[in-house]
Amino acid sequence: MRYDTQEHAVAAAHGHATFMGLDNRKMAFWAFIGSECLLFGSLISTYLIYKGRSLTGPYPHEILNIPFTSFSTFDLLMSSLAMVLALAAVQRGDMKQGKLWLLITALLGLVFLGGQVWEFSHFYHEGLGLTTNLFGSTFYVLTGTHGAHVTVGVIWLLTLWIQALRGKLGPANAMTVEITGLYWHFVDVVWIIIFTVVYLIQ
Amino acid sequence: MAEHQAHATTGTYLRIAAILVMITLVEVGVFYVPAFQSALVPVLLVLSAIKFALVVMFYMHLKFDNKFFTLLFGGPLLLGFFVVISLLFLFYGGIRLRTGM
Repeated sequence: MRYDTQEHAVAAAHGHATFMGLDNRKMAFWAFIGSECLLFGSLISTYLIYKGRSLTGPYPHEILNIPFTSFSTFDLLMSSLAMVLALAAVQRGDMKQGKLWLLITALLGLVFLGGQVWEFSHFYHEGLGLTTNLFGSTFYVLTGTHGAHVTVGVIWLLTLWIQALRGKLGPANAMTVEITGLYWHFVDVVWIIIFTVVYLIQ
Repeated sequence: MAEHQAHATTGTYLRIAAILVMITLVEVGVFYVPAFQSALVPVLLVLSAIKFALVVMFYMHLKFDNKFFTLLFGGPLLLGFFVVISLLFLFYGGIRLRTGM
């Protein structure tokens, strides 16, 4: 069998259009994000169902630090802004700006993760472990799953940044950056809900 | 590609970011004001929904993209929402039936 390597390379860079004229990777990724809605929906349901049913402390109002988490929320919102600015720069071919904003997005993600590590270790020292009470179990599973998603996002962003540094990312690969952005913004909107449901509505 | 339409401008992105930060400040402010405690939950849920919609519409470009993407995202999102509501209703409804409270 003879392969047209140039055609395959172009397909790999640009994806294939579906019969609707939509990029197949983008369509698949939106479907994936849809499935993630159900994952986080089930985790948030579990948190809400067991809310206020812990028999022993620490309880949410004793331990949650609103000013600190508000800063984490601000950090993640700013990372979403950096992400759209990275995409806009890559789409117009300004790779200097593109690289800068990609790096800033990843660094803001790392700041968020650092905050979560600090928060978890602080809570642990305050006596809240994964099996301490229902609040601990549901809180760590929900926010930990979100943190795992942020970790994947940071690795993904750094990979893109390294590709950009090596000159392998340009306007022709803007869809790759757009899909990364979809993932990153989804992680942000999930946190918007967690911040309200877990931290502010106690 | 057919779905690739004009996205928002940098100015729009910055304005959306400013609105998101302001809403977050209002959320935190409302949390600390005792006078708002009676209406805290609905106010926070509405503000959170506005932030969610702004990010999805402008940063994820659903406002500008093909409507099929809105369907791919909105369908499971609605399903997830109904799962949350149904589970809460089943769980707390069951407790009310057993305890009469």
